[in-house]
Amino acid sequence: MDKIRESILTTSRASKLERRGKIISLTCLGGICLVVVAIFGFIAYRGLMTFTSDHVSIIKFLTGTEWNPSVSKNGAPLVGALPMIAGSFLITILATVLAIPFAIGTALMMTDITPKTGTRILQPVLELLVGIPSVVYGFIGLTVVVPAIRTVFGGSGFGILSGTFVLFVMVLPTITSMTVDSLSSVPKDYRSASLALGATRWQTIYKVVLRSATPGILTAIVFGMARAFGEALAVQMVVGNATLMPYSLVAPASTLTSVLTTGIGNTVMGTVQNDALWSLALILLLMSLAFNLAIHLIARRGAMKR
Amino acid sequence: METKDRYILQFNSDQEIALETKQLKIFYGDYEAISAADLQIPRFKITALIGASGSGKSTFLRSLNRMNDGIANVQGQIWYRDLDLNTKQIDVYAMRRQIGMVFQRPNPFPKSIYENITFALERHGITDKKQLKERVETALKQAALWDEVKDKLNKSALALSGGQAQRLCIARAIALQPDILLLDEPASALDPISTAQLEETLINLKEHYTIVIVTHNLPQAARISDYTAHFSQGTVIEFNDTKDMFTQPKVALTNEYISGDFG
Amino acid sequence: MNAKRNDKIATGLLYTIAGIVILILVLLLGFIIIRGLPQLSWSFLTSPSKAFSSGGGIGIQLFNSLYLLILTMLISLPIALGASIYLNEYAKPGMITNAVRTMIEILSSLPSVVVGLFGFLLFVVQLNLSFSILSGALALTVFNLPLLTRSIEGSLKAISNDQRNGGLALGISKWETVTKIILPAAVPSIVSGVILSAGRVFGEAAALIYTAGQSAPALNFANWNPFNIDSPINPMRPAETLAVHIWKINSEGIMPDATAVSAGSAAVLIIVVLLFNLLARWLGRALYKCLTAA
Ligand SMILES: Nc1ncnc2c1ncn2[C@@H]1O[C@H](COP(=O)(O)OP(=O)(O)O)[C@@H](O)[C@H]1O
Ligand SMILES: [Mg+2]
Repeated sequence: MDKIRESILTTSRASKLERRGKIISLTCLGGICLVVVAIFGFIAYRGLMTFTSDHVSIIKFLTGTEWNPSVSKNGAPLVGALPMIAGSFLITILATVLAIPFAIGTALMMTDITPKTGTRILQPVLELLVGIPSVVYGFIGLTVVVPAIRTVFGGSGFGILSGTFVLFVMVLPTITSMTVDSLSSVPKDYRSASLALGATRWQTIYKVVLRSATPGILTAIVFGMARAFGEALAVQMVVGNATLMPYSLVAPASTLTSVLTTGIGNTVMGTVQNDALWSLALILLLMSLAFNLAIHLIARRGAMKR
Repeated sequence: METKDRYILQFNSDQEIALETKQLKIFYGDYEAISAADLQIPRFKITALIGASGSGKSTFLRSLNRMNDGIANVQGQIWYRDLDLNTKQIDVYAMRRQIGMVFQRPNPFPKSIYENITFALERHGITDKKQLKERVETALKQAALWDEVKDKLNKSALALSGGQAQRLCIARAIALQPDILLLDEPASALDPISTAQLEETLINLKEHYTIVIVTHNLPQAARISDYTAHFSQGTVIEFNDTKDMFTQPKVALTNEYISGDFG
Repeated sequence: MNAKRNDKIATGLLYTIAGIVILILVLLLGFIIIRGLPQLSWSFLTSPSKAFSSGGGIGIQLFNSLYLLILTMLISLPIALGASIYLNEYAKPGMITNAVRTMIEILSSLPSVVVGLFGFLLFVVQLNLSFSILSGALALTVFNLPLLTRSIEGSLKAISNDQRNGGLALGISKWETVTKIILPAAVPSIVSGVILSAGRVFGEAAALIYTAGQSAPALNFANWNPFNIDSPINPMRPAETLAVHIWKINSEGIMPDATAVSAGSAAVLIIVVLLFNLLARWLGRALYKCLTAA
């Protein structure tokens, strides 16, 4: 039999390598997926303990306003997570709302007003802002923002407002750079057509550019919110960590992440106090999932419109 | 002049056949890019594939060494040494070593000129330093590139000109001493001088290799090929001796296509 | 001429906004530099910290941060490479691939505290690795993997398909084509991505406080036996990093010169992150030149 013919019919070294390589790389990818599943599994398992073995009702947990897990009232521990949930939402929304005009304005500078110089200066500014570690933001918040708020509003200076200012700076680069992406994906023709019809630059931006970039900007905002909601240390350092319903923007309050960071180390695994904290972590995890879902929905809406 | 819808030359038994397709159909999803192509590729000859852009020449060529795996659905048979290449039992890597391919855009690897050639050799088990050196030299000489690069074998291949890079790609393919060389418009990115050099290279290679070349350039097909296949809308409508095809095409469409190009 | 006036007002407003954003960065950096740079001295960078008295340094924390970074990269880089190769080269478009991509996206958007808490549950408690460099490195790997995978995938995607065809047409397996041709060609951009992610890892604290721990036991820099408890390279010792240190001394408030030490540490953190940024750019460009040089 001819040698070439034979070689084509036997499994070559390349075929073996190919199979091995495929298995190796698939294993790596599978490992990552396994980690994701494990994260949800572990945290859900521990987080549900509060409701399964400590017999706290989910409704009471989500709506209760008193958080004092070591104290029992009417046979159930006092684990009302609403103060933290409210704190997290409040800070997230305030910081994002504050950041939106700055982000869109900065992004417009980079895409429409002075694309060349704007990008040359602002791009590195954004990259630096993203690069600053969150503890550094927390530290600056603690030494600059908190005293400033103390001077202006009195009180301790710790609270939602301080957290808002710190998070505002932290989410700004995230929202801005994603907004830039979505603005620059608006076709040039749209702009030139509008300008040719006699619209001013601002009218063009407002009526044409921002309109058609809306889904992208919304995605950017949700991304920013997700980052704000999940930020732990920077917020924890300035929010005051009082597990009370937020009644004033300049009074100490707490968020899901702040209670988690301070609490996990001070409670013993398996106790109600500890279980309740894992339930907070579970809420955090589910919220992260919800933000992801929102981004997907926006993307699908945007795709359908086109 | 009498005209036909289709004319496919059948070789008689004294011409060895290197490769033969039977009822080859190729689908991209639902779209049938090649419908029932039957073609015999004669051994140690140059066969040119011509035809309008989008007629399926590249699709056909790429399926000959299974480069369409995972991209298109290929049905039918491709006979090579009494084996149907379009079956599961074929080891595609061993097969591609015998049926090499050179593409439209030169694609030298981001390695040195020397490594560009030895890379595949080493992968196929040739590791002896002396043997590698010899193979590199022979291949570069066959590809008519040796004189230009012999002093800079260790320089990056990315610094070569387009024509040189394409000849390096040919050298890289023939260093493996394959049976068949498939070329998809290898000269379309080159200037006239490089093109002429490349054509000369191919004519010299014919002695040892069976060559199938897709070309847009009809004068080129006329200059270098022995046989020509004319593709139209996914099928071969005429296959004949090149001289016969260009002087007296048997199919009206071929006549139109050829006279359109020569003006 | 209302439209014209509005246009002028809006433009002015946009300039103001951009100016404020730039001002914020300048103030942030200015603050860190003015407060932090004076703290920096050789002894500050090398001496151990003092919990209850002033004049401590950050030597051990700095070492811990670097060691943790290296270990994290050693673990996460091969996994990210493998995963991104599968995603970019083998995965066929379809439901499963989409699901996998979504999972990676979810992982990349998880808050880093959640990653830290997961690390605490799995590595510290379940696998009994206790508060250690190894637990920390594993948690940081989880934190780092999705971003690194995506960045490497992007680098691979940027390499032309012509190269893949070139390899395959010579009878080389796809695996070797990718690992020996595509990957080397992508090295400049992969390196940039890796260094940028290193900056993120270096500054991360939330994922570490319950995995690598919050204490920095004294180290004996003459002892390089990884099994000794005071050896710097023992992966089983607890290790407070620089970023965790800043958080710790500020929230505990017992170190008398916490603000000064924090400012110094923050300056070091930012300088390192900045260096990583510059290095990523420079090295990427230099490697690219190297690769294409005649
Ligand atoms: N990867 C692909 N996916 C889908 N359709 C393709 C693909 N490649 C080629 N085609 C289609 O198949 C037909 C034949 O293409 P091709 O073989 O490249 O023609 P030629 O090389 O003769 O110009 C064209 O209509 C082209 O659009
Ligand atoms: Mg073609």
